[in-house]
Amino acid sequence: MGKTITEKILSEKSGTDAKAGDIVIARVDLTFVQDTTGPLTVRQYQTSGMGKLTNAQRTVLFIDHAAPSPNANLSNDHILLRDFSTQSGCILSEAGDGVCHQIVAEAYARPGDVVVGADSHTVTAGGLGAFATGMGSSDVAVAMGLGKNWFRVPETFKIEVTGDFQKGVYPKDLILHLIGQIGADGATYKSLEFSGSAVKKMSMSSRFTIANMAVEAGAKVGLFAADETTQKYLKAEGRSNDYKPLAADADATYEKTIKIDAQKLEPTVSKPHTVDNTALARELKGTKIQQVVIGTCTNGRLEDLVVAAGILKGKKTAKTVRLIIAPASRKILLEAIEKGYIKTLVESGAMILPPGCGPCLGVHMGALGDGEACLSTANRNFEGRMGNPKSFIYLGSPATAAASALKGEITDPREVM
Amino acid sequence: MLQGKAHKFGDSISTDHIIPGRYAHLRSNLPELAKHVLEDADVNFVKKVKPGDFVVGGNNFGLGSSREHAPLVIKMAGVSAILAKSVARIFFRNAINLGLPVLICDTDKINEGDELEIDLTAGTVRDKTNGNMLTTGKIPEVMLKILNEGGLIPYIQKHGDIKV
Repeated sequence: MGKTITEKILSEKSGTDAKAGDIVIARVDLTFVQDTTGPLTVRQYQTSGMGKLTNAQRTVLFIDHAAPSPNANLSNDHILLRDFSTQSGCILSEAGDGVCHQIVAEAYARPGDVVVGADSHTVTAGGLGAFATGMGSSDVAVAMGLGKNWFRVPETFKIEVTGDFQKGVYPKDLILHLIGQIGADGATYKSLEFSGSAVKKMSMSSRFTIANMAVEAGAKVGLFAADETTQKYLKAEGRSNDYKPLAADADATYEKTIKIDAQKLEPTVSKPHTVDNTALARELKGTKIQQVVIGTCTNGRLEDLVVAAGILKGKKTAKTVRLIIAPASRKILLEAIEKGYIKTLVESGAMILPPGCGPCLGVHMGALGDGEACLSTANRNFEGRMGNPKSFIYLGSPATAAASALKGEITDPREVM
Repeated sequence: MLQGKAHKFGDSISTDHIIPGRYAHLRSNLPELAKHVLEDADVNFVKKVKPGDFVVGGNNFGLGSSREHAPLVIKMAGVSAILAKSVARIFFRNAINLGLPVLICDTDKINEGDELEIDLTAGTVRDKTNGNMLTTGKIPEVMLKILNEGGLIPYIQKHGDIKV
C-alpha cells in the first residue's frame, strides 16, 4: 500500500512499516530550542541525567525571540544558553542571526529529516520535505539526549491546490483561507500535505509561509514534496548534498482531500482574536490600524520584502501608522540592503528591526497600546499576543500589510498595485 | 481519586491566555511567572484557585505555542487536572510530560464552581453539584506510562530510555 510523505519519513526513521495511527520511536536528525523555551529545556536536560548530547552538531540553540535582550532577566537566560553551548559543544545562533525557523531552513533541515524544535512553528521546515514538528522543552530535551522520541504517525489531509494566483493574491492568503475554512482545530494531530499544480510552481519562500501556519489549524506537520525547486534552493544555500527527492506515493491513503482553486482566492485577513476568524481584505476596508508589521518566520523573507517594497516605492506610509520591518535572518537583511529594498522601505517611513522574531509575541519592541490595532504578516493574533490584551491583531500577506500601511486602514492590495 | 472545584473557561484558550509573551522575562523565575497564570482569560483565577481544583475548558484548549511553561504554571497553581472538550496537540503532550492529566469529556455539562470527583483509572468525572457522570476519552498507553511516572523527565531518570 502506498505511503504519504509522513509515513515514508517515519517508516525510515523508526525502522518499521509506519502507518497512520501507529505509535513509533523515530530517530531525530535535528533538535533545536529558542531563548524563551531553551532555558527550561536545558534545566530539564540537566535534571534528566542523560549525559552527553547524542549529536551536538545537530543541536542548535537560537537567540531570536528577545534579540537583543530588552532586560536583565532575559539577558541572563541568554547567558544560560551560551554557557550550555560551550559546555555541551552544541551550536549557538546568536542575537541578530535571525529567527530559528528561517535559519533551520537555510542551514540545517534536509528533505526526509525528522526535526524537533521547542517552538510550535518548527513546522516551517516541512516546506522542504522535513517531518518537522514543535514540542515542549521536556520532549526536546529527550530528543537531544537520546537522539529519538516517540511519535504518533498522523493521518494526512491532502491539500490540492490548482490554478494560478491572481495579481495581489499570495500563498499567505491561501493558508489563511484554508484555516478559515477548516478551523483552528480542523487538523488537530493531522499532517497536511500540499500538492497540485499551483504548489509545484511555488517558490520555497511561499512553501515555508504555508508550512509555517499548518500548526494554526492544529496540525502536527505541514509537508511539501522535495522537488527541483527544493533542489535549487538547497544548492543556492551551498547544500546540494543535502537534497534527496521525496514525494507521496500515488496510491497513498488520505483521511481527506481538500481542493482549492488559487484563481478564486482573494486577499484574506484573519480578524481578532483567532486565526480562523477570516474575512476578505476588501470586506474590512475602513478598519483603522496604528501599526503594521512585516516580518517573522511566516513572512520575513526576501520575497516578502520585495513585494512590500514594490508597493511602497516612492510613496509614504500614513502618518497615523508605524511600519515595522523585521527581516527573518541576517542573510535576508543583507540581501535586502544590497538590492536596495531596505532603502525603499525606510524612505517610505518604515523602521527596520534586527533579524529575529520582532514584535510577534509581545516580548519586546512594537508592543501595542490600549485599543490599538495592528496588521501583521505573522501567524498568530491571539488576545494579548503582541504585549497587550486590550489590543487587536489582524493577519495578512506582506502586500496587504504594505497597502494598509499606505492607507492607515486595512486595504486590499489590489487597490494600490 | 481527585477532588476539587471546577474553574470554567470558554473555547480556544491559547497559550497566550495562559501565560503571555510579555512575561517571557519571568520564565526562569517560575514562582513569579505562576502569579500570572491564565490572567488574560480570568484575572481573578490565581486568587480563586485552591490546591486540587480543576481547569475546565471548551474546544481546542491550549492552542498555540509549544511553551511548556503553560501547563507548568497551571500545575504550579495547584490544579490537579485539566478537562476540555478538545485539546491542542503540543499542549496535551506537554501537560502529560509534566505529570498533569488532561481529560477529554463533555465539559458543557460542568458549571463554574461545581465540585468534581475524578477517577483516573475508571476514566470518569462525577459532578457532585449537579449529579452528572461523564466518561473521559482514553489517553494513549505510552502517555499513561509517562503520566504514571510523574512526567517525562522522571520517566527518563528511572528508565534511562523511552519505549513504546
